[in-house]
Amino acid sequence: MQEPPELIPVTPRLAFKAAMLMLLVALLVGASVIYILYARGVFDRTQKLVLLSDDSEGVVVGMDMTFSGFALGRVNHVELAPDGNVRILVDVPHKDAHWLRTSSIFTMERGLVGGTRIKAYSGILTDPPLPDGAERKLLRGDATAEIPRLMNVARELLANLQAMTAAESPLNASLANVQAVTGKLNGPQGAMGLLLGNESDARKLVTTLDRANTLLARLDGLAAKADSQVFGDKGVMPETRATVVQLNGLLADARGSLKKVDAVLQEAQAIAVNTREGTADLAALRTEAESSLRKVEHLVNEINRKWPFARDVEIKLP
Amino acid sequence: MSPMTSLKAWPGIVRRRVSLSWRTLYTSALVLALVLSPSSYQRECRVSLARHVYLGTAPLLSWFTLLVAVASLVVIRIVVVTADSYGLSQYALEMVVRVLVLELIPLTAALFVAVRCTLPGGVELVALRARGDFEAQRARGVDPLVTEVVPRVLAGMFSVVTLAVLSCVISLVLAYLVVHGLTGAAFDTYTRKVGQVFNPSVGLIFWLKTIFFSLAVSLIPMVSSLYDPVSKKVQALPELQGLVRMFLLILLIEVASLMGNYY
Repeated sequence: MQEPPELIPVTPRLAFKAAMLMLLVALLVGASVIYILYARGVFDRTQKLVLLSDDSEGVVVGMDMTFSGFALGRVNHVELAPDGNVRILVDVPHKDAHWLRTSSIFTMERGLVGGTRIKAYSGILTDPPLPDGAERKLLRGDATAEIPRLMNVARELLANLQAMTAAESPLNASLANVQAVTGKLNGPQGAMGLLLGNESDARKLVTTLDRANTLLARLDGLAAKADSQVFGDKGVMPETRATVVQLNGLLADARGSLKKVDAVLQEAQAIAVNTREGTADLAALRTEAESSLRKVEHLVNEINRKWPFARDVEIKLP
Repeated sequence: MSPMTSLKAWPGIVRRRVSLSWRTLYTSALVLALVLSPSSYQRECRVSLARHVYLGTAPLLSWFTLLVAVASLVVIRIVVVTADSYGLSQYALEMVVRVLVLELIPLTAALFVAVRCTLPGGVELVALRARGDFEAQRARGVDPLVTEVVPRVLAGMFSVVTLAVLSCVISLVLAYLVVHGLTGAAFDTYTRKVGQVFNPSVGLIFWLKTIFFSLAVSLIPMVSSLYDPVSKKVQALPELQGLVRMFLLILLIEVASLMGNYY
């Protein structure tokens, strides 16, 4: 049997080292626990965001919600709502919450490789911030779910392609027609023959073009003559310019005559004023005359009463 | 031996195994009760405890840490490069943390402490018993379980926890340096990844696994050394029985933790 080894005496130094070792391990364990709690976001002040979806497959507690590739929140709880939808509760730290706005959109993507990803998109960063406890619809984009639909579309596409490339297909007929057209284009009549169909019509068109050219040359000469008639030395335009100068002189004379007429009118206006005043004086004079006549009539009447033989009572005005 | 004789011997073998398991379980519970009892931490016991704790941990610390650092570096590099080549670099860090920190390091630390500390401690106890020190202590009114067994058990547990925690921290630091380099800019992202791996259930299973590993590698060798072998075949190797039981228990704990984490 093996003999037990001699025990090492416990010196105070050894006891101190043992105590220090235990202390260090305790500190290490404590620091590790605190680090894990920090990594789990226990010390972060957060606000709630509720994402509503009809499927929670792939969503696990603790997964990130990202914004532009940065982790912005963490799924805290996944529960089934009374209406059968899924409520995904996300904790968003207050320091990052300003990236989420009322107009933000939330998507859940499931790729062919890797897990489900929840992403946030904020198009208008000037919108009001997302309130605490806000509920938003989670839009789903599932790559694997798209595969059957993609296969159907691809199958239809291939069938269409097969129909298009068949011997009797309209596309083949069209290509044959295109080939015939290009053959005509390469022929002696070229594009003209292709457009008009036969050689005589093409020649007629060429003749028409020649005549049009001749006509244009004539028109060109006519335009030159018209130019000399209108803008030449003895043309219409210089004459018109001289006429305009004369008209300017006539207008100046007319302006002077009108000034004189204006003065005459002012004098006539003054005469009219005087006449109006004289008319007013005449009215007063008439009133006075009427008054004098009444007095005379009264006097005559008195004389007639006192002088009875007088028969003529008519009074003649001066 | 004829087959009929072997069949007749089976009930006796089963009875002995059950008796042995019960005895081991009972003595382990007794030692644990003493570990948790304040009376086991009187001055003399504390002195013995300090000696065993220091001598059981400090000599292993430096080169176990070095060994784990080198092995971790190799594993981290392999995982990161492989993940990069498949375009899955975003999952490399999580895989490193899960494989190294959660699974390999606690297991390695437990086995290392068993081989370097607790199994030799069990052999010492066997030698002490054979020399009659236990009887002598009992005659002086001192319980050898308190003075000899409890300090060795606590030293083994302490050593497993220390090596596991220190190695995990070093592996996490190395993983950060290998993936991100010498910069502090990615600390938040890295911390978030670590936090995602260590969700409450995984964290709890990690701590329970480490504690049970430490109990297994500390208790089984000590308890096995307290009794004479029941079978005459293995009488020449009494520590071998404890070693087999310990490995079996570690395997069960590892399987249970894997089921808890991934099922």
